[in-house]
Amino acid sequence: MKKNGIGRRYLINFIATAVFFILALVVCGNGGSRMKLSVVPSIWQCCYLIIMAASLNLVLGFLGQLSLGHCGFMAVGAYSAALISLAFQRAGFYEEKSGVAFLLVLLLSIVAAGVLAALLGVLVGIPALRLKGDYLAIITLGFGMIIVNVINNIPFCGQQGLGQGSASSALYATGLGFSNDEKVQYLWVALLTVILCLSLMFMFVRSKYGRAIRSIRDNEIASESSGVNVNYYKVLTFTVSAFFAGVTGALYACSNAALATTSFAFTNGSILNSVFIVVMVVVGGMGFLTGSVIAAVVLFLLNYTIKNGAWVAALPAFLQNVFTYPMLVYSIALIIVIVFRPKGIMGSSEFALCDIPKWKGWLQQYFASRKAGKEELRHE
Amino acid sequence: MVTFIQFVITGLRLGSVYALIALGYTMVYGIIKLINFAHGDFIMVGGYSLFFLIPVFMGLGLPGWLAVVPACIICACVGMLVELLAYRPVRKKGNKLTSLITAIAMSFVLENLAQAIPAIGPDPKIPYTLFSATLSIGGVAVSSATIITIVVSAVIMVALYFFTQKSRIGRAMRCVSEDKEAAILMGVNVNHTIIITFGIGAGLAAVAALMYIAQYPKVFTTMGATLGIYAFVAAVLGGIGSLPGAMLGGLLIGMVQSLTNTYISSSMSDTFVYLVLIVVLLIRPAGVLGKNVGEKV
Repeated sequence: MKKNGIGRRYLINFIATAVFFILALVVCGNGGSRMKLSVVPSIWQCCYLIIMAASLNLVLGFLGQLSLGHCGFMAVGAYSAALISLAFQRAGFYEEKSGVAFLLVLLLSIVAAGVLAALLGVLVGIPALRLKGDYLAIITLGFGMIIVNVINNIPFCGQQGLGQGSASSALYATGLGFSNDEKVQYLWVALLTVILCLSLMFMFVRSKYGRAIRSIRDNEIASESSGVNVNYYKVLTFTVSAFFAGVTGALYACSNAALATTSFAFTNGSILNSVFIVVMVVVGGMGFLTGSVIAAVVLFLLNYTIKNGAWVAALPAFLQNVFTYPMLVYSIALIIVIVFRPKGIMGSSEFALCDIPKWKGWLQQYFASRKAGKEELRHE
Repeated sequence: MVTFIQFVITGLRLGSVYALIALGYTMVYGIIKLINFAHGDFIMVGGYSLFFLIPVFMGLGLPGWLAVVPACIICACVGMLVELLAYRPVRKKGNKLTSLITAIAMSFVLENLAQAIPAIGPDPKIPYTLFSATLSIGGVAVSSATIITIVVSAVIMVALYFFTQKSRIGRAMRCVSEDKEAAILMGVNVNHTIIITFGIGAGLAAVAALMYIAQYPKVFTTMGATLGIYAFVAAVLGGIGSLPGAMLGGLLIGMVQSLTNTYISSSMSDTFVYLVLIVVLLIRPAGVLGKNVGEKV
């Protein structure tokens, strides 16, 4: 009976995802110029933010370790995807960004980006994860900075790429870098990558590995004495997380014409930096993958409307001044969330499509329990 | 030889500024076990206070460096406010991870709040240059700012060491950092002690800001971020929670940076600083002078 229930859940989720996928493609493929100019590029951005937030959630939410250099792995992914595809393009393997040859290169560069980032994740993880808590945070911060600093100083990754031109913080030539038309054409690649990555992450955290990882988060000493190989699982999670960050990097390389290392720094003016990804994970809920997805989309939209929206202009001058520095708003929001809901807005309860009919009951139960709690207080 | 002396002097100067900032980190960490990421931004607060106050003091006919006194007070107030408004409520409710995230967020609040204030704004400002005379030691030109920086930091470090060892408040601080519960039972007011620690740490940041702008006359809102990270690395390197460790770590980081700048390339100095940190942490996970305390079950 129980098994059937799980089968039904998978079926419902699969159908819902497939419907969403096809619907998104049909709507975006047939939209007007506004769709092409602003909506589809935004979806691309959302795609990489979603995978990024979810992959950091593996380390921060499920393993309980703060990593501040997550964008470093994304940088490795982005640069390797851009350079690999560029090498194929220079070798004459493909001319136009279409056809089977290009698809193969695209697939190869996405996978290679993930694998290279994962390799680096192992290299970083083995020494770094010997440390805990604050020390781990600072050492990952250091690694993130070293990665950026090294990329800045290698001529191979600067200017025209593959050794053409000197070392610089920007790479102008990439083999990917889609135009708006190509973004519409290859939207399915981005969506499919997101769906695949999220499914893999869900399967990972629900497997026996996921259980071991959560036990480490809850009590490291207890899980070690119950026979969980703590170091192995820590490095494993770090590696898996780095793999997905690398894949994200490949998507980033696809949606940007040029790469610059400043976009992968610890902090910067834009939405893409290691701190902001932490904000997403915390706001969405630590140890709650769907929360990360929702938080990534919501915060992206918030950022987008703060920058382009008309409602900001309607605010009084003082508030407008505050919104010129969106990071201020986000960080105050982060503090408020942490003070009132230390586990994130939605906590760690996972969301499931099958449970929607039960929501009404849950809400009633919740309010009833709150009422009871208040009554009890009054009686005391 | 001249290059070598130059490198040592630059290293000492950078190192003593880092050490001053690292002292603030290490004191706060020792007492509440929290990396105060906002500490770097206290330097920025100090820098801007000096930027506005030095002309006022000059106008009154007083020496410009006296402005460091009110700047210290402003910084100390900001530090105490941060503790009261953000860290204390989180410490009551959350765990170590949430406190750490709050600290990072607080650092962003300070940086961006400063930018949103019209008088400060996002563009760098040039403060009045202090201590601009130069001396010559063994054929090497040394600015008086360098000598003052090194001497003042050395004096402050020694004074702070005796303060924590001998004075009543200093003893209370060491007490709280050793065992909070026992300190409460012995009649130490823990919250007062924590607030005072924040005040002293932030006040030191203002002194560091004076030293820094005497050398690099430029204030901007993110000036604290990089300085703070280096100082933090210094504190970790020396063994966080230990005052002599912070001094040692600061000097070490200054030397490494100056060494890379002189002999390799200035763009690689970040990499070498972090490499040193990583190597030290792998050999001695608690830092050079830190004590490795086992976890109680």
